Amino acid sequence: MTLLYPVASNAAHPAPLSPEYKSSIKRAPSMPLIPMRHTLSELTGPVYGHETVRAGDSDLTTQHKGEPIGERIIVHGRVLDEDGRGVPNTLLEIWQANACGRYIHVRDQHPAPLDPNFTGAGRAQSDATGYYKFTTVKPGAYPWGNHHNAWRPAHIHFSVFGHAFISRLVTQMYFPNDPLFPFDPIFNAVTDEKARGRMVSSFDLENTQPEWALCYRFDIVLRGANATPMEKQ
Amino acid sequence: MQETIDDAMDKGITPSQTVGPFFKYGLTPNGQYDWNDAFTGNLVTPDTSGERVRIEGRVFDGDGAPVPDCMLEVWQADSQGRFADPQDKRALPNAAFRGFGRCGTDADGAYAFDTIMPGQVPDPDGKPQAPHILLAVFGRGMLRHLYTRIYFGGEAANDADPVLALVPADRRATLIAAREPGGIYRLDLSLQGDKETVFFDI
Repeated sequence: MTLLYPVASNAAHPAPLSPEYKSSIKRAPSMPLIPMRHTLSELTGPVYGHETVRAGDSDLTTQHKGEPIGERIIVHGRVLDEDGRGVPNTLLEIWQANACGRYIHVRDQHPAPLDPNFTGAGRAQSDATGYYKFTTVKPGAYPWGNHHNAWRPAHIHFSVFGHAFISRLVTQMYFPNDPLFPFDPIFNAVTDEKARGRMVSSFDLENTQPEWALCYRFDIVLRGANATPMEKQ
Repeated sequence: MQETIDDAMDKGITPSQTVGPFFKYGLTPNGQYDWNDAFTGNLVTPDTSGERVRIEGRVFDGDGAPVPDCMLEVWQADSQGRFADPQDKRALPNAAFRGFGRCGTDADGAYAFDTIMPGQVPDPDGKPQAPHILLAVFGRGMLRHLYTRIYFGGEAANDADPVLALVPADRRATLIAAREPGGIYRLDLSLQGDKETVFFDI
């Protein structure tokens, strides 16, 4: 079995040039992308298993001697293909700011405290049904220099592989009802409202752990549809 | 937690967002942060057969300024043209060679991959493609990664490659790494402008 990758599905992605997001102005191609048929090179992709994910990599609250400051949360969901089938055994990588909105990256000079008990990086592998789960703290909003009084809505960066090199996705997971949504040019570079909604997690009371942590649900839909038998040898 | 998908679920894919300026500590820490690298720019494992090559170059923006915060990922076949993915049914791939690498650009916009020359991979009609490596370019300011290919200068098969044939002749050179002594192939990438790299809509 193999999957098809309709190029039309890429319409959900933001256009490379989104002038409100100023960094895109000099980094977006000016010439049209060249269409081509998918060959085996495009239709295959890296396969990484459990050896890539160490025990504890999916719990960002236990990577140091003490517990990080902030609101402990569970983020879970499924990695799916375009037909709603789980994408099994695929690698997810996340990175995020701490509860104060500060990244440990050396270039982040936002005057908010670093947390010695929080790195902000994690990995997980989806299970046989595509399900994944992280434990972390809720990241803070943080300022950036795009325009006057620009603040990014709280988000967790996600990197996901999927079945092929062309299903590769790097995105950001947002939290429901963030008041910064209308003002964020990165979020709004996705021009379709429904598509934007797919980047927003939902509050999950059913899986919220009493006396422990709120839970957010974030399903990730990767390219790939219409399973067809591939017996061409 | 394993409930079936709600029938009302919107079926579209999850949109891309930029990798942003701060991915390095999570995705390419390279010993500078308290986190380990899952992937590096060195694809060569001790049992990998094939001709060792190093691909290096720099990434530039539309002003010709080096881009110091790009992340590059490569995906390629082994020296026999087989992929380390069970979806490639043709033959078992070359031992432990995984065919995937990742690196970040440095302050000069420079990148490097140590790998092996890939073998030829058929196109959908069974016609051999010239040796090539798929390259995905991620960066701050890039709302989605861009896909391109790396071909190898001096390969006779380039002249008959069905994908290179789709590219206007005056832009083909942006995809072909120049051969230098010592197994080095050099390819600069330009995200925008006169020397703009050809990117593919795939």
